[in-house]
Amino acid sequence: MDLHKVEEAGTSLPISKAPFPSPFASGVEYAAPARGTWNIVHVGMLVPESQQIFVCAQGCLRGVVLTAAEMGAASRFSTITVRENNVLDGDMEDLILDGTTDILQKLQRHPRALLIYTSCIHHFIGCDLEYVYKKLRERFPDIDFTDCYMNPIMRKSKMSPDAKMRQQLYSLLKPRRQNGKSVNIIGNIAEIYPSSELLWMLREGGFRVRDICWCRTYEEYQEMAESCANISWNPVAVPAGQTLQERLGQAHYYLPISYDFEEIEKNLRSLSQALQLPLPNFAKLREKAERALHRAAESAKGMAVSIDYTATPRPLGLAKLLLEYGFQVESVYADSFTAEDKPEYEWLREYYGSLAIHPTAHPKMGLLAASSKPREDVLAIGQKAAYFNGTSHFVNLIEGGGLYGLEGICELCSQIEQAVWEEKDTKNIIQVKGWGCCG
Amino acid sequence: MKQTESVLSTYTADVSGVCSALYEMGGMTVMHDASGCNSTYNTHDEPRWYDMPSMVYISGLSEIEAVMGDEEKLVNDICEAANDLQPRFIAIAGTPIPMMMGTDFPGVARMIERRTGIPSFGFATNGMHSYISGAGKALAAVARRFCPADLPAKRGDRLSVNLLGVTPLDFSVTGNVECMRQYFEDNGFTVISCWAMGSSWEELMQAGCADVNLVVSSCGLALAETLHQKYGTPYVVGAPLGEKFSSFLLQQAAQSARDKKCRNLLIQAPETVENQDKDIVIIGEAVCAGSLRCALESGFGARNVRILSPLEASAQLLREGDCFSAEEDDIFAVLQTARCIIADPLYRRAVRKNESVQFIDLPHEGCSGRIYRRNIPLLVGAHADDWFKKGF
Repeated sequence: MDLHKVEEAGTSLPISKAPFPSPFASGVEYAAPARGTWNIVHVGMLVPESQQIFVCAQGCLRGVVLTAAEMGAASRFSTITVRENNVLDGDMEDLILDGTTDILQKLQRHPRALLIYTSCIHHFIGCDLEYVYKKLRERFPDIDFTDCYMNPIMRKSKMSPDAKMRQQLYSLLKPRRQNGKSVNIIGNIAEIYPSSELLWMLREGGFRVRDICWCRTYEEYQEMAESCANISWNPVAVPAGQTLQERLGQAHYYLPISYDFEEIEKNLRSLSQALQLPLPNFAKLREKAERALHRAAESAKGMAVSIDYTATPRPLGLAKLLLEYGFQVESVYADSFTAEDKPEYEWLREYYGSLAIHPTAHPKMGLLAASSKPREDVLAIGQKAAYFNGTSHFVNLIEGGGLYGLEGICELCSQIEQAVWEEKDTKNIIQVKGWGCCG
Repeated sequence: MKQTESVLSTYTADVSGVCSALYEMGGMTVMHDASGCNSTYNTHDEPRWYDMPSMVYISGLSEIEAVMGDEEKLVNDICEAANDLQPRFIAIAGTPIPMMMGTDFPGVARMIERRTGIPSFGFATNGMHSYISGAGKALAAVARRFCPADLPAKRGDRLSVNLLGVTPLDFSVTGNVECMRQYFEDNGFTVISCWAMGSSWEELMQAGCADVNLVVSSCGLALAETLHQKYGTPYVVGAPLGEKFSSFLLQQAAQSARDKKCRNLLIQAPETVENQDKDIVIIGEAVCAGSLRCALESGFGARNVRILSPLEASAQLLREGDCFSAEEDDIFAVLQTARCIIADPLYRRAVRKNESVQFIDLPHEGCSGRIYRRNIPLLVGAHADDWFKKGF
């Protein structure tokens, strides 16, 4: 194909010159073919024995229908198509009520829970969703309904669809008598790393730990309402924790995922104090993590490291840790930075001002990736970093992968070592939607 | 109508159809959308995305821009990107919210063209129609705008053709496009251009030189009419599927080149015979499905084959008794009486309790995307006959 050769200008900034939180001006957006992150269908499917109904225009339905089909969950997924006449006639409430009733009749079974996803259109035409859900609950009292949203038009002005989805994920929990020895870990798509000191602390403290990732039945999901507290570490889980605190009286402890030893220890100490938990031997854990980092850095010697924002909510924090232990971190791919990463942003500006920051959505990015030579000398952490660098050496990490705490860092180091010697089939791996959603 | 799909899937929408049709032309296509259309398009509707770069983007429409009807950011962002990327043309395609905002796409395109000097199009798609409509409009618009009125006189004795309506959404990337091109070349025709896969811009611009145009999917119908108006080129509707039907298509194409008459090869039903043993339903895009029916009829003597097209289909492409509907209730009703169904595997769920029906999988990229791509059969020429024999 006859394409203009583009220059790199505008697609790279040293962090010393990258404004916070948005280093690059927004414009038309490119989407890299890295699809491992979970979307609202994948996340919603975490509610066991639930059914999803999306109410949208055909173009919006296409992606979510095939998400469900690709993950083998088409039997838990139905749609109501919005057409021009519905927008003009103002009959959207009837469309949802009649459509849902029709679908439930055709399914010939009632799911335990029904997640109904409305879209941007409903927001703009002022669809009376309160009325819709009231009527549905009257009509089908044996089904638990909740409102979910596919309204990406709000992503720049209100809560992101991802955060909203995780908030609604727990909205079906019904108040129960609390069990002071039960806690939930919320807002993750991957279960916590089994050796994490956080899990050890909770279990040693006599707590039953629950996570939606472990729920196999709707009843197990409902048992999460018994817990006295929720623990989250992903920024997009914070609204969920806050809502549960208000609605069910469960305390919320937000302990952001971190790659800073001090911060990790501070977070865990605060939790220990709040829940009366035993503390691990931090000195030993630090030593272990340091040994793992030194070993991984030695393995990766001679390789440039590139990290992207889909690998972890704190790519700058991870970059800082790796730089401190001798890795040659060359670049971070991020269209914006999170508030949690501000301290590391400042630190990197001061000590590693030349660290390159690249966007992922800039319109030149696809053309540059296609015209660049593959760089097998790059160790990527995250799918987008792997794609843009054209490397088969990458850690297939999404949203931190449940690798919480110092033990999580140790496990990340072993995954880095593995990625150094193992060549992955980047093209086929990163195009899989919702990595890990099928177990 | 409830407009529900309790178990069935949905097809690629119009906005993706625009992108798919223009993908290889060196233009820049912007979907005016908040987010989502881009990942849907390049994950499920565009098999070329990983290996063949193209300038397809979303505008990133925000709530406040929608509320205020602010199109200035859209125009600025596109002009800025165009300045960097120097596309051959710019196309802007709409989605549901711009439809509600009443975005004037041709007007936006004019503003962009004035500022950049780059030819620009606006397509008032809204994500509520199928890719047939989007791809059809896009292909026709390119021909209308760019194909030169004056072309040098044709050279050589061979008859020449253009293949119209070729996108991965109907033909995927599994060999059928190359095979189709080869089929015509091997049978005495010169293929001038293929709209729009595998042809350079220069080849596309020579389309007016062809003796006859072949509409191989519904996406090519509007383009065929445009080329007919512009150059007087006749067109023949039908895809070369099945040995006998393909031979008939070649013969009819040659005839149209001579008498300059347009022909639709799909609507002529054979005489019915009694004791029909099977009621076959083919679900899919009207031209491909109709051509398969013709291949079954001419190659195997099949009768009572009906087409169910859930996509936009011009009435002229269907026969009496065929069904055009995307409604699940209608589809269930048609399938209830079928003894054999040829359709994308996602339709299996519509007959999952009917053990007497024979279901033959025919994966369709515009339906199931990449899920069953590796099982898409070669169907051009005699390949379809071999495939039928295996299936039945």
